[in-house]
Amino acid sequence: MIDIATIRKRAKRRKRTQRIGFSTLAMVTLITMVPIAMVVIYVFIQGLPAISWEFLTEQPREGMRAGGILPAIVGTFWLTLGTAVISVPLGVGAAIYLAEYASDNRWTRIIRVAIINLAGIPSVVYGLFGLGLFVLFLNFGTSILAGSLTLSIMTLPVIISTTEEALRAVPSSFRVVSISLGGTRWQTIRRIVLPQALPGIITGVILGLERAAGETAPILFTAAAFFLPRMPGSIFDATMALPYHLFVISTQVPGMPVKIQYGTALVLLVFVLGMNLIATLIRSRSRARRQW
Amino acid sequence: MRSVGWREFVITRLIRAAGYSSILFVGMIFIFLLREGAPAVVEIPFDTLFSERWYPIEDYFGILPLIGGSILVTIGAAVVAVPIGLATAIFIAEVAPRWLREILKPFVELLGGLPSVLLGFLGILVMAPLIRTTLNIPTGLTAFTGSLLLGGIAIPTIVSVAEDALDAVPRTYRDAALAMGATEWQTIWRVTLPAARSGVLTAIMLGIGRALGETMTVMMVTGNAPVLPLSPMALFEPARTMTATIAAEMGEVANGSVHYHSLFLIGIVLFLISLVINLAAASVVFRQRKRAERVLS
Repeated sequence: MIDIATIRKRAKRRKRTQRIGFSTLAMVTLITMVPIAMVVIYVFIQGLPAISWEFLTEQPREGMRAGGILPAIVGTFWLTLGTAVISVPLGVGAAIYLAEYASDNRWTRIIRVAIINLAGIPSVVYGLFGLGLFVLFLNFGTSILAGSLTLSIMTLPVIISTTEEALRAVPSSFRVVSISLGGTRWQTIRRIVLPQALPGIITGVILGLERAAGETAPILFTAAAFFLPRMPGSIFDATMALPYHLFVISTQVPGMPVKIQYGTALVLLVFVLGMNLIATLIRSRSRARRQW
Repeated sequence: MRSVGWREFVITRLIRAAGYSSILFVGMIFIFLLREGAPAVVEIPFDTLFSERWYPIEDYFGILPLIGGSILVTIGAAVVAVPIGLATAIFIAEVAPRWLREILKPFVELLGGLPSVLLGFLGILVMAPLIRTTLNIPTGLTAFTGSLLLGGIAIPTIVSVAEDALDAVPRTYRDAALAMGATEWQTIWRVTLPAARSGVLTAIMLGIGRALGETMTVMMVTGNAPVLPLSPMALFEPARTMTATIAAEMGEVANGSVHYHSLFLIGIVLFLISLVINLAAASVVFRQRKRAERVLS
């Protein structure tokens, strides 16, 4: 026979267990979050003194130990743009196929498995692939073109999965109405579904490009130049790039001033953080405005 | 009307081609790795390949220390990332109020977006000296340092996938448990988590895959010594992973040399490992979907 007092005691104990459990979870979450914030704040504090108009707009001098990092900034810009030009149409197209056209059959499943695998392949293996196919076999050389192509394939899975999610979020009644008014399938996608899904697609694209902009391993043997104090003239030129430059000046150049290292790290962080912020803003604004 | 039909036809074909392109890319990646890496199997004697010495300048191509280094660092990263990642995912999905969730999720996403070279850079300048002085070891560039940073890199993957899985558990499961008098804590451990276990398993696998494939951070902070780790103490000594070896040495080899082929061979090994991990993850995902469909119909 259990009396009321025992039941009360047990309930109290269970409550206490829960309190302790929840606090532990909260603490662990804090352990994850604090270092992220610290990394960002620390790089800002250490890097800001190095930032000047000269640092952002001049060529590196004295074996990269002085001057600016303009070629690296420009190089990362071109690589990111090149990646966007290739991966956005391909990725959005693939997502449209999966969300709007594909029926649930064996081939569709194989496509999905392929996408999951693309997402899991190590970035340095993409670098090897880019070297084998674009640099050597297709003879593009170490170039912006080869680097962008390599980064594009790496970015595809992110763009495909986020775009597909955005397309699937559009209610099917929208499609039914459009088709019933005589619209073809493509007209429905082009005029109704895509505009509705656009904020979600843009968010996914930016998050994908953010990763591409920060990657080093895929461009190591496909696009990056150790030191090239001039602007790339065409897409067949090699280029400096921010992440690779940070790697070079923090491991390969002896006697590198710490100030320039942190300055470069800060510019890279701002580049990535800026894209992340834009993506987050677009997403939250479109969520607030959405009427369905 | 005819021109509409014609355009529709072309566009549909293009979209279908884009859809199938992923299969093409996976195939091409494998073919080109094989094309450049397969000669190594012929050029390097079998017992050299599976020896304990990686020293390409003198034709020692033993990949065991590199595989060992990758396994060591990845296990270390998993020990860090799995408990922390899962706890964070549970907190975000089940405990945190809505407003906190909206802050925490983008924050975790931010960690996922931090360039690995940036973390490697901070690892060299901040973390390695700290580890060297606190543990009183000759160098801070060790497998341990790499494991800690890799753990940080794997956490966002684990959190976001596990959080999705927890989120997908139907509300009614929790309501039923709570109505039976279970506390929320009990509900999480005995109902929600078991219901989401395949998704949680996927999260762990993908996180480990992420750690295994990470390149720049490990190359920068693990000290790059290709030594076969035979005791747990190897964690506090320099190590070298497969990924770091490729990244560090590919720039210096002559195209078509034995060394060049051997680096592609390591690439094939990495590709196959990631293929196995991801096929396993994918099969879990598909099985789960099938089960959900059965339950609903």
